[in-house]
Amino acid sequence: MSSEPLLSVRNISKKFGGVLALSGVSLDVFSGDIVGIIGPNGSGKTTLVNAITGFIKVDTGSVHFKGQEITNKEPHKIASLGLTRTFQVMRPYFSLPAYKNLIVPLFSPRARKTGGWRGGGKMGSRDTVAVDILEEIGFERDSYVPFKMASSLPTGYLKRLELARCLALRPEVIICDEVLSGLSMSEMASMVPLIEKLQMEGITLIMVEHRLRELFRLAGRVIVLNFGCKIAEGTSGEVMEYPEVKEAYFGSEEVYDYV
Amino acid sequence: MSSSKGDRRKERIDRGIKVRSDSVYAISSWKEITYLIAPRLVLILGLALAPLVLSATPYWQRVVSIICVYSLLAMGFDFLANYVGLVSLGGGFYVGIGAYAAALLNTHFGLPPMITIPMATLLGAIICTVLFLPCLPLRGVYFAIVSLMYPLLAARIVEALDIFGGTDGILGVDGFSNVWVEQYFLVLCVLVMVFALRRLVEEDIGLVFRGVKDNDQAVKASGININQYKALGVFIASALGCLGGACLTHMYMWAGLSQFALDFSIIPIAATVVGGGGTLVGPVLGCLILVPVSELLRDFGSLRIAVYSIVLTAFIVFKSEGIMIYTARKYEQFERWVEI
Repeated sequence: MSSEPLLSVRNISKKFGGVLALSGVSLDVFSGDIVGIIGPNGSGKTTLVNAITGFIKVDTGSVHFKGQEITNKEPHKIASLGLTRTFQVMRPYFSLPAYKNLIVPLFSPRARKTGGWRGGGKMGSRDTVAVDILEEIGFERDSYVPFKMASSLPTGYLKRLELARCLALRPEVIICDEVLSGLSMSEMASMVPLIEKLQMEGITLIMVEHRLRELFRLAGRVIVLNFGCKIAEGTSGEVMEYPEVKEAYFGSEEVYDYV
Repeated sequence: MSSSKGDRRKERIDRGIKVRSDSVYAISSWKEITYLIAPRLVLILGLALAPLVLSATPYWQRVVSIICVYSLLAMGFDFLANYVGLVSLGGGFYVGIGAYAAALLNTHFGLPPMITIPMATLLGAIICTVLFLPCLPLRGVYFAIVSLMYPLLAARIVEALDIFGGTDGILGVDGFSNVWVEQYFLVLCVLVMVFALRRLVEEDIGLVFRGVKDNDQAVKASGININQYKALGVFIASALGCLGGACLTHMYMWAGLSQFALDFSIIPIAATVVGGGGTLVGPVLGCLILVPVSELLRDFGSLRIAVYSIVLTAFIVFKSEGIMIYTARKYEQFERWVEI
């Protein structure tokens, strides 16, 4: 673990009208980590992702990536630096076949400079690279699946397509917003090793998840949010011992006192 | 067993020849080559022969030129609406800017039409794009409303400030050297642009445009500046409009306020609806139908608009997909009823 964090979020706050969606959240992510972000519904997980990636402007606080300030920068500039994200609600280009969905990130300035995933764009055509990425992410190469319209793909493939769109940029950090939710048990069983493989390739991952069992297997460190505040941070075993975390997930124990 | 309508459905299957000619086998036999080329040849020959066939009636010959001008505009509209996701009602603005640019270049600098037209196209497109830059973050109906304001505003400014000849317009613009040059220049422009745009949207850069239309957030997350692509889309569409406007100026030897008219904003939309949106060639077909129809209806006076509206409504209600999409489907697929 290097001493300098790859991504460092300091005290960011965001208000939506009267709702404090994020209040003073800080976190550090080091190169090669898998960091999990968990919390009940509405606790500000996706807002945090949006704030880091520039999709919403934060009110206070700062975000640094590779020592460079990226607070409130435009999303495409942040993505160009190698900090990409998936969307919780899958956002493919529905009118295009699956593999053509990857042409868009492969055509981005970053991918054209670096060649995209594994630098393939410098060797083959973008179409070939796109199919290669899809194969790697679990689309059966010799089947017709990579060539199907995105609008006719089931959720499992769409989640993979989200991840593939990030990979095409040859990112350093991927923020996965619930890539495991909505998957069947067998789909999940193949997704978890895939994420481990990405980590071994040197990609740093931040995973926002509701699927705790799988997340705890993957993530070295977990951050728990509730009502926009960070209430716990530590290994998966540690955070579950925090009384605040238990309360957020299972309700207050005090309830029983009144009974 | 006789089946009621409920337990059977229509099945559409690609014709064998379509499937074969999608791949490398497209050039394996004359039949396949003909299958691919025939529809394109119909369009090319049809447009190329129209001025010749109509040479006996100069009035209708002129209509061909007007069809071409509207086709260029309609193509631009279709491209911007169905591939970039910006519904632009600024057609009149593009034509007006192109027309005034060509007229000024011609009258002030004495440049011949064959130089003013490309210059006005490029210059006009740059002006339009720059003026539209503040509106690019807008989406959907908001962009449509703001873009409609541009031609209205431009006409009022010219009128109020009495610049560029004010309400009289710019007179004494050179015409084309002869009617054949005018006609074939326009026909060539339309054909080149149709095929160029259809190619463009299938290229990688075209996919980025389609991405912006489908899902601009995902394009941002892919490290691409969407405003840059929207601006490029507006540039292409306004270049087509300015090209039409510049030709119009030299056709009428005059540039005036009527070139900011709403007709140029509305008829392209109508043509796209009739011809089939998203096909880029559909709008040309739409113009080939709508412009002559509107000329034929000239005798009816103001009832023309009523008839026009009925035709449009009928199209939207009964064949909302448009002629091109319908015909392409019949050409490429056959249908059969299957029991379920």
